[in-house]
Amino acid sequence: MSILIYAESAEGKFKKVAFELASYAKKVAESLGTTVTALTVNISDVSELGKYGVDKVLKVNNDKLAGFTAKAYADVIKQAAEKEGTKVVLLSSTTDSIYLSSLVAVALNAGFASNVVGLPLSTSPFQVKRNAFSNKAFNITQIDTDVKVLGLAKNSYGIFESAGAAAAEDFNPSIGDNDFGVKVESVEKVTGKVSIADADIVVSGGRGLKGPENWGLVENLAEVLGAATACSKPVSDLGWRPHSEHVGQTGKPVATNLYIAIGISGAIQHIAGINSSKVKVVINNDPEAPFFKVADYGIVGDAFEIVPQLTEKLKAFKAQHS
Amino acid sequence: MKILVCISHVPDTTSKINFSNGDSEFDTNGVQYVINPNDEFGLTRAIWFQEQQGATVTVVNVGGPDTEPTLRKALAIGANEAIRVNANPTDGFFVAKQLAEVIKNGGYDLVIAGKESLDYNGGMVPGMIAGILGSNFLNSCTSVTVDGNNVKAVREIDGGKETVSTTLPLIIGGQKGLVEEKDLRIPNMRGIMTARTKALTILEPVDAPVNTKAVKFEKPAPKSAVKLVSADNLDELINLLHNEAKVI
Repeated sequence: MSILIYAESAEGKFKKVAFELASYAKKVAESLGTTVTALTVNISDVSELGKYGVDKVLKVNNDKLAGFTAKAYADVIKQAAEKEGTKVVLLSSTTDSIYLSSLVAVALNAGFASNVVGLPLSTSPFQVKRNAFSNKAFNITQIDTDVKVLGLAKNSYGIFESAGAAAAEDFNPSIGDNDFGVKVESVEKVTGKVSIADADIVVSGGRGLKGPENWGLVENLAEVLGAATACSKPVSDLGWRPHSEHVGQTGKPVATNLYIAIGISGAIQHIAGINSSKVKVVINNDPEAPFFKVADYGIVGDAFEIVPQLTEKLKAFKAQHS
Repeated sequence: MKILVCISHVPDTTSKINFSNGDSEFDTNGVQYVINPNDEFGLTRAIWFQEQQGATVTVVNVGGPDTEPTLRKALAIGANEAIRVNANPTDGFFVAKQLAEVIKNGGYDLVIAGKESLDYNGGMVPGMIAGILGSNFLNSCTSVTVDGNNVKAVREIDGGKETVSTTLPLIIGGQKGLVEEKDLRIPNMRGIMTARTKALTILEPVDAPVNTKAVKFEKPAPKSAVKLVSADNLDELINLLHNEAKVI
């Protein structure tokens, strides 16, 4: 009956989303009067999960799962759910978890709601609130199946500690060769930089920066804040920055704690992609820029003067508060 | 190679999002519909396969007769034929079930669907099709090439990308990168004229369970006005971010 979460990890360590998902699962389990079981793949020390409300851990150790393969991982999650008699499976919204979640839902004959924000509104009938229409509205979805799969929107719940310890046991699901129809040949990851997906803060630049040679402004500010750098669509279309930095509707979605937009006017397509960030700051010399309508804090002025000063002041602030 | 491109008929990004009937339905009044952007990248890549490798391209949508202009637009862009499954797309699984049926009966080698639609943002249909059919599946796909039965493709991952190899039949959840924005095509007059004579087949839906339903919609609470900070007082911004917003 226990709730099952897949606690995602990378390079032998849990991702932050795993702790957010565990915190969320703990609350959902309380309202259903049950416990939380976490599934982990190739992690030796899983004790950390206990701190966030996990009661039991199913540890899978298998060399076949060394690299991420959606079908194989989905298969493992399905077998874990069946073993536990799970009625609610919770998954996060990383690229990998989104990839596998619909496979899990089909395998379990489960109704699936993705992009869920907040705790279930009711458990009978089972109703959740989810982001829809590119963050311009919420949609309340009722899941009527016996087994339910929820995808929790990134950074939508928060991480909460609770006193507890997780009991770990080994779990050996059967993994067939037909799970590996898609083979990973090579992985390219930007190293030494915070990725947009993992960042708590994103500093983003637009056409107002006038050219790629001025990107030092964005990079320096990002460095002080430990932030990822991003850009608007015109900037990536012009080739000033790589496509991987393009955020917005057709680029990467951003749901950070703090989003700082420098020289970005705030076209509706851009806003659609970043609007689920919690706090938005805009720096723009045009007071009529649409971004001011959606921002929490704004400065009207010349980015070339403001950003270096802000960077220096933040450096001093960080030195004082670290 | 037979390619099927799954098309969602979605409100244009600039549309006002409103709800009617006690906030239980999307208000279509005055809404402009377009091909879902993630699907349009896939469609344009499919047309490339048609022109370069002799593939045939079929587009499909699950929806009522009001979605046909969107399918006609896809035909005008260059798809060979269109299919409309005549049903209200109630939830992701229902749609996936209909599409899986079309794929089974049509013997498609490559199926491209957008990784997510702009309206419900479910992001589940391509994966569910693959789950139902047991086919190879690649999500967040930014590049795909086909040589005989062999496929090389690139998937976006958090913080980078990975290159994969797989084989047909394959289901793809596509996005920007399959083609770039500049490669997207605006239908020309000849395309629009020939689209009128291309086949648009209407199929009746197969039975599928109702797993989930959208019971209500809500709009976010109105945002409070932006707090403007003077460019001469950046300490105030840092103070606000630290003490009020608590994000630094």
